[in-house]
Parts: sequence; structure tokens; C-alpha cells
Amino acid sequence: MALPKVCGIETEYGVISRGFDSSPIVASSVLVNAYAGAFKQSIQWDFGDETPDRDARGFSLEDAFPPEVETHMANSVLTNGARYYVDHAHPEVSTPECRTAMEVVLYDRAGEQIIRESMQRANALLPEHHEIITYKNNSDGKGNSYGCHENYLVSRELPFGQLATFITTHFVTRQIYCGAGKVGSELFSERSDAVSYQISQRADFFEEEIGLETTIRRPIINTRDEPHCDPDKYRRLHVIVGDANMSEYATYLKVGTTAIVLAMIEDGAFPTHLIVDSPVSTIRTVSRDASLASPIRLRNGTLKTSLEIQFLILEAAEKYSTHDGLKSVCSAEFPNEGAEILRLWRETLTNLSNGGVGSFDTIDWLAKMSLINAYQDRNDLSPKDARLKALDLQYHDMRPGKNLSDRMNLRKLVAHSDAELARTEPPQSTRAYFRGECLKRWPSLQLVCFTFGTSACSRSRKFRSNDVQNFRCVLISQLRWRYDGENS
Amino acid sequence: MTEKIRKSNSNINEVPAEEIDDLVVGKNDHAENLKADLDQLLDDIDSILETNAEDFVNSYVQKGGE
Repeated sequence: MALPKVCGIETEYGVISRGFDSSPIVASSVLVNAYAGAFKQSIQWDFGDETPDRDARGFSLEDAFPPEVETHMANSVLTNGARYYVDHAHPEVSTPECRTAMEVVLYDRAGEQIIRESMQRANALLPEHHEIITYKNNSDGKGNSYGCHENYLVSRELPFGQLATFITTHFVTRQIYCGAGKVGSELFSERSDAVSYQISQRADFFEEEIGLETTIRRPIINTRDEPHCDPDKYRRLHVIVGDANMSEYATYLKVGTTAIVLAMIEDGAFPTHLIVDSPVSTIRTVSRDASLASPIRLRNGTLKTSLEIQFLILEAAEKYSTHDGLKSVCSAEFPNEGAEILRLWRETLTNLSNGGVGSFDTIDWLAKMSLINAYQDRNDLSPKDARLKALDLQYHDMRPGKNLSDRMNLRKLVAHSDAELARTEPPQSTRAYFRGECLKRWPSLQLVCFTFGTSACSRSRKFRSNDVQNFRCVLISQLRWRYDGENS
Repeated sequence: MTEKIRKSNSNINEVPAEEIDDLVVGKNDHAENLKADLDQLLDDIDSILETNAEDFVNSYVQKGGE
């Protein structure tokens, strides 16, 4: 039986300062501190369990460059269970652990609201004509990329090689509905204008099939082995290959389909003949083929298009759903989540096989492409015109009134009022509820001590669970508080 | 929370009537509106776009990430 697909997203935002010179690290810190300070969120993250250099394949490469843990940057845990901090040179929001794709969409939207609120608060403190601006995208168009990473709980029992082989097929082809679109190429081997428009922001940056790095020689499968829970039972699959989405539907499909495919792999239900022969070249081919018609070679020698491969995965998922109704991606709150994802997945692929009609208001790369094409036609511009790249960037501009995706009338899944609520309220479905509630009740909380089962453990700020599903009720029955604060 | 969130998200096609205004979603006429919206956006876009697109694009540099 597949494990419940606890999942979440970490989004790094692009950041610039205008009217004054500032390093991106300082600008990012100003944003985080403007937000955390305003809401008295002074609690920091506990790095005790961080092991970014541990490789899921069970060995270490001498020439690998694992990311370093940065403990000195602005860093805050929020009452909704999220983490908001400076990662390298970007402000980054990690959603709380969520139980369904819909919850991830809700907390990703809450993350956008956090960023917008931060910009407003920071800019109110700056002198006139000084401004910090953020972008929810993944590249600067000059070969520099920053990530939107996903995380999924998977069973430790599943051999990692098997997991990597099958999920690669999904990662290479899912971009046809979760790509965010990009003007130009960022491959070192070719000119920027060698490609006028491609499906994915990120595809140009992947050079390896599998590996530990996230900033150089990026791999399609990242092997970081850092589960943040019982390492004997669980893995956290750290996915670095995706784009940040403005469309809520695209985020929903990205997380929802991936959670289902992972459950299928755990239960031996993934079609084993669907193994892509050359994933690194294929991920670029798919990104550069808006017709979705280019043939992809599978390891068994057959040729299929990205769309055909996605239809085959979907058909296997529909068959798989008849076993237990996709319980691993549903929750008590969202009991029909699996069926909804399958329905939308089929509708989207059907639309894509008809030129995208019906999905221009749900798929980012289609919406952005329609805007760029229409602007180019109306003004009779060359494909190299800088205004087209400016449109691309401003599709992701987080300033209200300047964000072009806001003006595209994309279909919504989350009401603005719900996203605002999710900015402070944790999800009730995972251990993030406990983390968030602690911080809500005791904002100056620094340390929580509790006994768990028969072995006593003491953790500061981060909480370990041996049973993710039942964590809430376990805590209520077995938790012991020791709170050294003014409200005790 | 989250009675509200539960309600509005339990089925992605069934948004409670009171939330409709927030969602800016018109159901049946949505597709027909898309082209009109795009035309309207193109009429307005010069006031939204950065005034010097080339400078803006060139100065947007993001080093360090992930």
C-alpha cells in the first residue's frame, strides 16, 4: 500500500532592488525581516537534523558539491507552519507539510501573499523611489536559475533506483502542462535567440540524470537523503526539476499527478516499459516543442510523443485508481482528490491534443505564449525584441498591478480570502498543525520538550514523528509541555 | 480554519456562490471572455510594462540560488 503522500513546495523568488544599490542577500533579508518582525515571528529554524550531503543512493561522490547549510541568514518559522527565509541570494517560502495537492495550492498562494505583504512592508520603510521587487519565476534569462522544489513522502522500502527510473519519465514529460514558459534559450552551447519560446523555465539547466547537486550540473533526479522524519521508514523525494507556476491549476496538476505517479511506483502499478532512453536531451526536446509532436525514444526502442507518454501514464493511473480510490492522495478533508486530479489530468491532455484550446487559462506556458504572440503581432515586433523578454519577466512580477498573469484571467482554485487565512493558519492534516499552533499560542516559544512512546526525546522547534498520519492524536495523548515563557 | 477552505475546495468545480466574486470566475462565458480580456490587456499593457524594456531585461540578473 502506498504511503500517504505528504507533500510541499519550496519557492525561491527572484529579487531586485530599484533606486538603490543592494546585494540580493540584503534585499532578501529586508523582506523576511519586514514580514517576520511585523508579526513577531522571531523563532528560528533548528538545523540539527539537516543532512544535505547524504546521498539517497547510499554512497558519496568525492567530486560532488552538496549544498551548504546556511545558518546565519534571516530565517523564520510562521504560524501557518511554513518557513520563510533567505536561501543564498533569494527570499524563499517553504509551505507547511500538506496532505493533498489542493492544500499545497492553498499554501503556495499563501506564500505569494506573504511575499506581497513583505514587499509592501519593506517598501514602506524605504526612502521614496527606493523599491524591492520580487518575481515568481526560475531564471534571469542569462543562464542563472533558482528553484521551485517539491517534496513528497515515499517509502524507504522502495529501492531508490527503481523510483528514480520511473519518475524520470514523468518529470521529462509533465512539463507539457506544468511548464511556465520562457522566451529564449539559456543553453551555453547556443545563442539566446536560437529558441524564440519554450515550454519550461528550467529544462535548459539539467545536465545529469541523477545526482546530489542543486546549483551546478543539476540532475533530473536529486538524491538528497534528508527525510526530516524516521529515516528507517521514509524518504523525502526532493524534486528540483519543476517550474514555479503562476497558474493554480498548473501547481495542482504538477503536485497531484506526481503524487499519484509516486503512489503507483510504490504499489508496482507504473507501466514498466515507459522508460525514457536519454532523459537529459529529451527534457530539452520536450521543452522546445510546443507542437508536442516530437518523437521520444524509449529504452525498449519504441518512439512516443510527450503527449502519448502522458496519456499512457494517465491510463495506468485510472486503472490503478480502481483498487483503492487513490487513498494515498486523498484526505478526510478532500476525499475526492484522486478522482479530481485524474479528471483534470485527462481534460488537460485532451485539450493539449487539440492545440491547447480550453487550457489557455490554466496552463502557464500557453497563457504566456498567447500574450507574447498577440503583443508581437499587434506591434509587428522581431522575435528578438527586448519587450518580449520583458513580458516574460512581468508575467511573474509580484507587484500588484504589474503582474501580467493576474491580468490573463487565469482560472482559480483558491479564494483570495482563503489564501489570506492560510497565511496565518496551519493545515490541520499534518504535523505542521502542531508547529503552527505552538507558535500561534506562544509567539516567544523557544523550546518544546516532550516524550514520545517509550523513548524520551527533546527537540527544539522542529518535531519528529514516527507516524505522520496519526501525529496529531499521538501528540494530544502523549505530549508533555514544559514551557518557560511569560504565558506559562 | 477551515470550514471555509474545506467548503470552497471540496470540489474544484463547485465554488460557493458567496466566493464567486473573489474568484473572478465566470463559468460558461469564460472561454469567450479570454480573447476580449487579452485584447483589453494589450490596450493597457504599455502602462504596465517597464518603460525601458531593454534596460530592465539587461539589468535583471540573479546570481546564486538553490
